[in-house]
Amino acid sequence: MQYLVSVIDDGTGPETATEEAAVDAFNDRLRSEGYWVFAGGLGSPDPATVVDNRGSEAVFTDGPFVESKEYLAGFWILEAPDLDVVLRLAAEGSRACNRKIEVRPFL
Amino acid sequence: MSPPDVRDELTRAHHDEWARVVASLTRRFGDLGLAEDAAAEAFATAVERWPAEGTPPNPGAWLTTTANRKAIDRIRRESKRDHKHQEAAMVHDDHEAEPLGVLDDDRLRLVFTCCHPALAMEARVALTLRMVGGLTVPEISRAFFVQESAMARRLTRAKAKIAAARIPYRVPTAEDLPTRVSGVLAVLFLVFNEGYLTSGADTDPIRQDLTGEAIRLTRMLRDLLPDDGEVAGLLALMLLTDARRSARVSPGGELVPLDEQDRSVWDRALVAEGHRLVRERLDAGAAPGRYQVMAAINAVHTSARTMRDTDWSQVVALYDQLHDLEPSPVVALNRAVALAELDGPQVALAVVEPLGEPLSGYHAYHAVRADLLRRMGRGEEARAAYTRAIELAGNTAESASLTRRRGELT
Repeated sequence: MQYLVSVIDDGTGPETATEEAAVDAFNDRLRSEGYWVFAGGLGSPDPATVVDNRGSEAVFTDGPFVESKEYLAGFWILEAPDLDVVLRLAAEGSRACNRKIEVRPFL
Repeated sequence: MSPPDVRDELTRAHHDEWARVVASLTRRFGDLGLAEDAAAEAFATAVERWPAEGTPPNPGAWLTTTANRKAIDRIRRESKRDHKHQEAAMVHDDHEAEPLGVLDDDRLRLVFTCCHPALAMEARVALTLRMVGGLTVPEISRAFFVQESAMARRLTRAKAKIAAARIPYRVPTAEDLPTRVSGVLAVLFLVFNEGYLTSGADTDPIRQDLTGEAIRLTRMLRDLLPDDGEVAGLLALMLLTDARRSARVSPGGELVPLDEQDRSVWDRALVAEGHRLVRERLDAGAAPGRYQVMAAINAVHTSARTMRDTDWSQVVALYDQLHDLEPSPVVALNRAVALAELDGPQVALAVVEPLGEPLSGYHAYHAVRADLLRRMGRGEEARAAYTRAIELAGNTAESASLTRRRGELT
């Protein structure tokens, strides 16, 4: 079972060196214990571009598709047997990166 | 057997066996919704057949077997379900060898799944009453003044989340157990309190169906976790509170404060049972949690023959202990009520006033303040405080009592 574990930035600002080190240590643990599938950091949504090619030609729009104070600042994809396991990992991840985290199961 | 006897047998079987049937089917088929539907069908079959054929010698086994058959029928009917079913099957641990003892009861898995912290509180309450308590959707809807369709959606959504997010069907690990048990107790306490101090303008002030159900489920949990002090504490707290039920509302529908209650109508059997549990916890010598301390406070109240006989210094000491465990302004407010009996209203008011900031929207804050001001002879201020309390009170019997006290001011 795979879960998308999203990091939500609610005005926390850029990652500090302490947070980065804590996240690195957490990532090492995820790898060594077999939960790691993939992860990535995203930073601010300012450089986003929205693409819509449902019509006659592709339309490119500058900026994120939804303006909000909270944005996706990064994510993990984790392999875990059930929600209890991934919730415990997410709690540690939230502590490590010092941000809120959302857990969603993949279909 | 005459029909009334069969009806009793059916009611008893429903009380005793519903959770067991749902729990064992959930374990076998890994699908809470299927277990629920099959259990409901099995009970419907019992209602049809027992009056004619007589109650089977082992009603529990009969119901489980029948429900199993119904579940298999359902799976066969939806043949493609077989495949989907495999994927959606809930996770449960297969390590049967662990010596869990009484912890290994399937009903405990059911309780922990229904009260999982990833579900919204209202979903936990609804699921617990449906899956563990066996209440029907219309019954739960009525209990919480929610439209049946909305309650059905709430339950469906919760079951879908359990399946999709893989909330496991399992007793939590020893490390997680205390937090998870306290989550279950919070659900049961909420059900009890909603029955004990019902909100809503046109409702009965006390809903015995809810308090009774909460006590029944807490008793069950106590059977399943006999060594857990907080489970015993919550059960004692509920019993000692419920014991005062008939003295708590006057014939005119007014809430009767503790000092005016006719203590002779308190239920002595419930008081005795509650006291036994509190003593059991004292003898255990383990550091008590919040429910045990609240139960102890209620044990002091129910030990006193009159308000004046109450050991108020003991009550205040217990509130101090509770405040250490749970430093909330509501606990501080309740402590102040006891302090007023020990050291007088003036001392208590000095403690209450600073709580106005966090508790300005809480009716009890204004009611306590009003009572203290009244006792100090500050009538005008008391009147204003009563008025504010009445505006905020959600319980009909409580506002009636406050209105009377305001009317008695000179």
